[in-house]
Amino acid sequence: MTAFSQHPLSENSFAKERNERVLVTGASGMLGREVALKLLRDGYQVRVLQRSDAQLESLLPASVVSRVSQVRGSVSDAATVDSAMQDVDGIIHIAAKVSVSGAWDDYVEANIVGTRTVIETAKQHGVKKFIYVSSPSVAHAGSSLVGEGNTAASPEHARGNYARSKAYAEQLALESDAADFRVGVLRPHLIWGPGDTQLVERLIERSAAGRLPLLDGGTGLIDTVYIDNAVDAVVAGYERIEHIHGQPLVVTNGQPRTVAELLTGFAEAAGVQAPSKSIPAKLAYAAGKVIEKAWEIKPGEDEPPMTAFLAEQLSTAHWFDQRKTRELLNWTPGVSIEEGYERLRQFYTGRYTR
Amino acid sequence: MATVTFDPATWPGVDPLWSKTLEVASTAPVEKAGTTRTWHYLDNIDALGSRDYVGTVFCVHGNPTWSYLWRSVLSAATQAEHPWRVIAVDQIDMGFSERTGTVRSLADRVRDLSDFSAAVGLNSTDKPVVTMAHDWGGLISLGWALEHRELVNGVMLTNTGVFHDHRENLPSALRLALAPKVHPVATSKTTAFLDVTLGLVQGGLDSDIRATYRAPYKTEERRAAIQNFVGDIPFGPETASHPHMVRIAEGIKELNVPAFFQWGTKDPVFQRKYMMDLMRRMPQAQVHRYENASHLVAEDEDIATPALNWLTQNFVNEKTARQLHTEERARLHQGLTTEYSPMIAELFSRSNDSSLAVIDMGGDGSSAVARLSWADLAAEVNRIAYGLTQLGVKRGDRINLMVPPGSKLTALLYACLKIGAVIVVADTGLGAKGLTRALKGAQPDYIVGIKTALVAAKTLGWPGKRISADKLPAPALKALGAIASVTDFAPTAMFEIEQVDPDADAAVLYTSGSTGPAKGVVYTHRQMAGMRDTIKNTYSLTAGTGLVAGFAPFALLGPALGCTSVTPKMDVTKPKTLSASALASAAHAIQATAIFASPAALVNVVATSSNLNKEQRSALKNIDLLLSAGAPIPMPLLEKVSAILPNASLHTPYGMTEALPVTDVDFQSIREAQQDAETSVPGAGNGVCVGTPVYGAQILVAPLDSRGEATGTPTTEAGITGEIMVSAPHVKDRYDTLWVTEEVSIQNPGWHRTGDIGHFDASGRLWVEGRLTHVMVTSAGVLTPVAAELATEEVEGVKRAAVVSVGPVSVATPVAVIETVEKTKAGQAPFGLTQRIRQHVLSTTGIELSAVLVVDEHPTDVRHNSKIDRPALAQWAEKTLTGKKAKLK
Repeated sequence: MTAFSQHPLSENSFAKERNERVLVTGASGMLGREVALKLLRDGYQVRVLQRSDAQLESLLPASVVSRVSQVRGSVSDAATVDSAMQDVDGIIHIAAKVSVSGAWDDYVEANIVGTRTVIETAKQHGVKKFIYVSSPSVAHAGSSLVGEGNTAASPEHARGNYARSKAYAEQLALESDAADFRVGVLRPHLIWGPGDTQLVERLIERSAAGRLPLLDGGTGLIDTVYIDNAVDAVVAGYERIEHIHGQPLVVTNGQPRTVAELLTGFAEAAGVQAPSKSIPAKLAYAAGKVIEKAWEIKPGEDEPPMTAFLAEQLSTAHWFDQRKTRELLNWTPGVSIEEGYERLRQFYTGRYTR
Repeated sequence: MATVTFDPATWPGVDPLWSKTLEVASTAPVEKAGTTRTWHYLDNIDALGSRDYVGTVFCVHGNPTWSYLWRSVLSAATQAEHPWRVIAVDQIDMGFSERTGTVRSLADRVRDLSDFSAAVGLNSTDKPVVTMAHDWGGLISLGWALEHRELVNGVMLTNTGVFHDHRENLPSALRLALAPKVHPVATSKTTAFLDVTLGLVQGGLDSDIRATYRAPYKTEERRAAIQNFVGDIPFGPETASHPHMVRIAEGIKELNVPAFFQWGTKDPVFQRKYMMDLMRRMPQAQVHRYENASHLVAEDEDIATPALNWLTQNFVNEKTARQLHTEERARLHQGLTTEYSPMIAELFSRSNDSSLAVIDMGGDGSSAVARLSWADLAAEVNRIAYGLTQLGVKRGDRINLMVPPGSKLTALLYACLKIGAVIVVADTGLGAKGLTRALKGAQPDYIVGIKTALVAAKTLGWPGKRISADKLPAPALKALGAIASVTDFAPTAMFEIEQVDPDADAAVLYTSGSTGPAKGVVYTHRQMAGMRDTIKNTYSLTAGTGLVAGFAPFALLGPALGCTSVTPKMDVTKPKTLSASALASAAHAIQATAIFASPAALVNVVATSSNLNKEQRSALKNIDLLLSAGAPIPMPLLEKVSAILPNASLHTPYGMTEALPVTDVDFQSIREAQQDAETSVPGAGNGVCVGTPVYGAQILVAPLDSRGEATGTPTTEAGITGEIMVSAPHVKDRYDTLWVTEEVSIQNPGWHRTGDIGHFDASGRLWVEGRLTHVMVTSAGVLTPVAAELATEEVEGVKRAAVVSVGPVSVATPVAVIETVEKTKAGQAPFGLTQRIRQHVLSTTGIELSAVLVVDEHPTDVRHNSKIDRPALAQWAEKTLTGKKAKLK
């Protein structure tokens, strides 16, 4: 797949170059790439670190290409991280194994060891600013979250390997917060946008194939965040690290919607059939458990169709109190959910046929 | 064997500093001379430290609790701005006080308290002493009070009783405990009595609190007193403690100190009759009934805050809130020149007038079945008034009238007003359960009813001696337990009776109880007269006006106003059943020019208007005034009503059972107000325009704070949203035996807090935005629902909407719950409709709905079928939107 940008990248959309270099890990994913591009537009120099080619250069006008550099490799490899850390002023650590299935050891390596390696190397290099991109699931024990604040990460209660490993890593990050090493933690919740292969396209494809059931009618209210808003929040967090350090902040659009409405919104925007079948959440949860186990032993090519984690995500409410986040970040989401649907529509029109 | 541990640090809600023991020389008759007993008690004196306190509250628990019962009082008294010392004893053989092996009687226990109070130094205090007691502690505590008359300045009681006349009259729960085979097993051999008592707590006790109550009663030996206590119940003259009980019960009639009763009315033991008995013995008492609380009212409700409030008012403040309210109210209404004229004045000034006073329509709705001239009506009122007094009805007695609106009810009502009997009007709209609850609260002495009402009274156990409103054969009367029939009262010549005190109670009306139990609202004769004067002056109703009385209670004002009134044929329990033809026939019968009808009735009138014949249509053309109160009327409905009543000015006054009415507005003004809302007159919009204050009324708005509470300084400033407050001569006197509720409503002396929220606009019009309890404290700020509801209803396909919030206070998010025009599956609204509603509500009100849910029908109150039960909806929405299965009751 070729990389693309949410925004036009003409020469005049880039600010004058600044003398500050930010390392962005995980720039091959949607959030990492967009954060890197936003930083570049704002005039920062950017280094990216991830296994695969982030393909940023191909997107940039020639005059800006020199501002970006890339190191390829694993965040848990000390030597790679060390080389990526040369002349870096701040870090936005996004790289993670993001998935709803897989063996625990893989998560430990990517998410916990990786984060520790980045933090330790950063300290050796005298880096002063560190943003860790986490997930609200680190504090989500499976029950409904209704108007939830920024509760502390809890590896003991977090559900699934992804959330548990991210919880450990977040604790690690926050414990490192110090006067000479400011650590900010942002937890964007369910990022979506055009070209998002993680959530949106998977849901659209399943819905198109009639394989996306609603769980218990999909009546749980959930918070999500449109990609541009997540990017703005992460960069705002980096710039306001003195205000936000030392505590986690959940980042959402602040527009809770029911699961069914969101899925329908995505499907309508993409021009595919909306999910209409509903199955009991308990059944999905049980099935998810079995499928997760099977995938661990013999991983399939795609993510498993249903996991226990996903079953919970799609059947319980989880929406958040955004007042503190907005105040500390001095940020408000610029793109509403409805505007987000419109951008999906523009992007996907003609891509999927019924 | 269970071990007894004594560790105050483990008692939830107790400061270990409070727990004390004291050696007390006993002079109880049961004890040998020279015996000393160890008492355990709670006392906040050390916790108060150097702070001065107002006086001492001396608390006595009942059986089988202990001083732990009073922990909330100790805590509140310690923290209060004007603190009190609270001493709460464990009676001997109870709690953690000494186990003596004796069997103590009532007299012993009263003496015990005296021994203790002397030892603890209470007998020599120069500060006020107020007793507080529960259960059997009441009798003991009052016994002590009578022996320390010089010390006692006040009495507070929670569920208790001071007098039992006979074993058969004991509550069944206690009778069972007293049965010889059951008694020891239930009370000491097992913890059954203890557990049953603790189990009475509504919703159950937390396990650690429950464990603490049980802590001192772990062994059979330690429970002996529970058995003995029950054994000492003076249920009849043959029991040893009976004379002592009678002495105390009689003695407290002379105990003329301030008293405060807080009562859980679900108590199966100390039922309401004990409360009524106590109120008769201590008529000065302030009473608050907790309709959702049972025997252990201190666990079911916060009794400590009201207790401290009452103490402050009576022993710290110069005047009570009630006194301040009464004074300020008089001052506020000084400018009004209307002189008091009794409700019955107009009727009796026309007692020789042979023109028509009241007519009842019947049959198919087109013929009159009763016609009374003013002279007839005056004679009928006299006959009934005299008959009632002959039956023993006295001034101040409460009479529940269960008679459908019409000439009979009118005559009964004015007869009661004449003799000063207090009318209890609990309308059938409350439903059987609500009615029973309301009537048990009001405790009428008599019930005058039609046959079905008397049958219900008998089967549902409604209080009051039964009197039949209709002619019934003697066996039928006997079967219903009725003492007389109104129709049997003999005619009498002019019946003279001393004029009733204008400030005596005249009536108890009931709120619709759409959320929670209906509240009794007491009006005095002066306030009833004020209501009449307000209606008369606001609508320029003159004597001789013909009035179609389709809506109580205004309808009953006809004779007081001097208007000829006609009651149309309708099923009074269902306002929806008034047909256009019935309305028009009624109007035609008296050439009426005014109509009082409920909004629900108007809906049906519109729906059936095609059945009107020419004559009926022309009768309706004569109507120049329509009054419809009870709920806001949507504009489209008003348009349709206007087509049927082309020459009438349509008034939709706003008010409540506590103030009928508060404001007035007519159709034309509503239209103007809506235009103003669009042309941005400051404050216009965001709610329902209810117009300007009626004659005699003043209105203020107490602004909401960021928590959605109405704490601001009351104002009339345009655009400031807050709780609506009203002051007028016709506002209620008080809530009936709901002291705590009353205190909240008169927190601004002279004013009644309505519980409604709204704001003024720059033209001085009031806009209602909903109920205070419906305020949504969202992350976007404090929101009120009405504007968003109106906007939702503007979207095509929506029939009726309620906007509620889900989620915790201050983070909550608003959602709309709608009824749709076309049948739609209940649950989430279709995607497209949701988007349209959200967009429209956002652009008109700035409120972003998180979700739109569909219901088949909103839960509403029975009386008006119009007040949506938003708290119930909110609960349902909250559950649904957390992904849970929810059922709408």
